[in-house]
Amino acid sequence: MQTFDLEAQGLRALNSTLHAQAENTNQTQWEIINPKGSHAIAVGLDAPIEVNVKGSTGYYCAGMNKQATVHVHGSAGPGTAENMMSGTVIVEGDASQYAGATGHGGTLIIKGNASSRCGISMKGIDIIVHGNIGHMSAFMAQSGNIVVCGDAGDALGDSCYEARFFVRGSVKSLGADCIEKEMRPEHIAILEELLERGGCDAKASEFKRYGSARNLYNFDVDNAAAY
Amino acid sequence: MKDHDARGIPHTTPRQSATFTQDANSDIRRAAATGIYDIRGGGAKRKVPHFDDLLFLGASISRYPLEGYREKCGTDVTLGGRHATNPIKLDIPITIAGMSFGALSGPAKEALGRGASAAGTSTTTGDGGMTPEERGHSSKLVYQYLPSRYGMNPDDLRKADAIEIVVGQGAKPGGGGMLLGQKISDRVAEMRNLPKGIDQRSSCRHPDWTGPDDLEIKILELREITGWKVPIYVKVAGARPYFDTTLAVKAGADVVVLDGMQGGTAATQDVFIEHVGQPTLACIRPAVKALQDLGMHREVQLIVSGGIRNGADVAKAMALGADAVAIGTAALIALGDNDPKWEAEYNALGTTAGAYDDWHEGQDPAGITTQDPDLMKRFDPVEGGRRLKNYLKVLTLEAQTIARACGKNHMHNLEPEDLVALTMEAAAMAQVPLAGTDWYPGKPNTSF
Ligand SMILES: Cc1cc2nc3c(=O)[nH]c(=O)nc-3n(C[C@H](O)[C@H](O)[C@H](O)COP(=O)(O)O)c2cc1C
Repeated sequence: MQTFDLEAQGLRALNSTLHAQAENTNQTQWEIINPKGSHAIAVGLDAPIEVNVKGSTGYYCAGMNKQATVHVHGSAGPGTAENMMSGTVIVEGDASQYAGATGHGGTLIIKGNASSRCGISMKGIDIIVHGNIGHMSAFMAQSGNIVVCGDAGDALGDSCYEARFFVRGSVKSLGADCIEKEMRPEHIAILEELLERGGCDAKASEFKRYGSARNLYNFDVDNAAAY
Repeated sequence: MKDHDARGIPHTTPRQSATFTQDANSDIRRAAATGIYDIRGGGAKRKVPHFDDLLFLGASISRYPLEGYREKCGTDVTLGGRHATNPIKLDIPITIAGMSFGALSGPAKEALGRGASAAGTSTTTGDGGMTPEERGHSSKLVYQYLPSRYGMNPDDLRKADAIEIVVGQGAKPGGGGMLLGQKISDRVAEMRNLPKGIDQRSSCRHPDWTGPDDLEIKILELREITGWKVPIYVKVAGARPYFDTTLAVKAGADVVVLDGMQGGTAATQDVFIEHVGQPTLACIRPAVKALQDLGMHREVQLIVSGGIRNGADVAKAMALGADAVAIGTAALIALGDNDPKWEAEYNALGTTAGAYDDWHEGQDPAGITTQDPDLMKRFDPVEGGRRLKNYLKVLTLEAQTIARACGKNHMHNLEPEDLVALTMEAAAMAQVPLAGTDWYPGKPNTSF
């Protein structure tokens, strides 16, 4: 286990040290102490390492992550795991706005709640939230899955494309072109795997599925009010 | 009427309205027939004060010129030395603006890379990500970081020679792009992670930051990911150039790219293109003032775009304080866009060479703004690259000709004092004297 004191050694040294870890590094376990809400912690990683952040993080923790597992033992600021490509990011506490924004792949697990715009413009990432998610979540979401064990706020999935949203609790309102959809066996199977991956104590049968009605995919005079 | 004629009463000439013009009426008829706004490519077509409204004074007894073929007039420019360990060094102060793969074909992007590299300058990706053809053929490639984040990934980010955070475009300040179904081919759909054939609307706002304080942190993140090596540009539309430049610099930008309302776009609403944003000419001085007020002029470079056509435009933008310019539309024309040799086909599309702007429909006779495999075959990227290189060389020679005539041994030594304006509007916007006077509207300590 390598321990890195962020306060003492600084952000540049942290990220360049983590970037220096190659595919076959034998230093696979990292612990970051004194994060104190700093921004851009462990961004742009691209190696199969595990980074444990002992405390809360600021903006963009684990941004653009590939391969690595980043585990925040605290709460996370805006844009956590933004544009993640692969790997896993786990937040023990709550996550602020835009968690998992534009993510292409990998898994983001939030044990607490996620704020507004969770999964905005997501492009393939799987986001699993044990608590609730805020308003405008999954706005323009393109693909991937969001699982919400609690409730979703206003305008879920507004203008979304092919992403799937599974919500166990209530949905305050659905956004433009987002509708409730039938839970077919293939969706149950997808959800069961996600619940397992996210360590959620919930049954797939308790969830409802939402996604695009695909009415806004092509310009149509009758939808003019929605443009 | 016959009776009228018979009585010998003269007819008044039929009079077209200056308000309800033929153009305005055709817009009304189009709207009534379709129920949806007009979408098109290109920049503002209306006449606005522009570089043509400025003239250089040239040399005189008090200013001596440089000899055309003997005395050096430097054209090189270094971009992004403020924070980046690897700033971009260009041989000429003319760069190729970001134009998306999707809007343009793969071979057209390749030609832009070939031409720019041969001329010693950079080219820029666009909405939709970086293609291998483009990276392969561009010696210096600027990677755009856009609100849509289509095709955005850290591997390409690390392959870039600079990163350009796009906040706005002159053609549509506050608007996102559009790419209609005809152009969402399999390859474009895959790169953008979208269903094939949809009418795609890009976001107008970044998904994970709002405002200058967030932008500063976003820039920090991008620098950390790329090891502080490459410059970070911030591209803004010509909306509030003084404040946008100030805020971009305060957020940590190495370079500010400023795009006026004549700047082209691949596709957006016509009403947006024609009615939102300020002319390029009106934007430069406020942006330069912002840099000067921060003590950052020449430290943070200013790249100006929107309606640059010839070497005189390049020289005028630089005399007003820009460090370099970027070209979009002109580069496409150099490649062969809107060439009269395709006139019959333009006519078949209901238009004429020079006016063709339905780039979003993907039927470009020149094979440039299309994803149609047959049309694309008409365009040869090697020949296109050669034409672009030639054109860039001419722009440079023309700009140097003017700079030498003004006695400057480097393009960057051009200054507002070298210019006069032909109209009151241009004098006010460029803050250079109206020709024949020593005055411009708004000049300090004078009254109107
Ligand atoms: C076909 C086309 C596609 C464009 N795509 C983008 C884009 O993806 N991103 C962007 O920031 N600007 C885009 N632009 C705008 C250019 O980067 C640039 O701001 C503009 O073309 C400059 O003005 P000019 O066309 O008068 O030279 C595009 C312009 C054109 C003509």
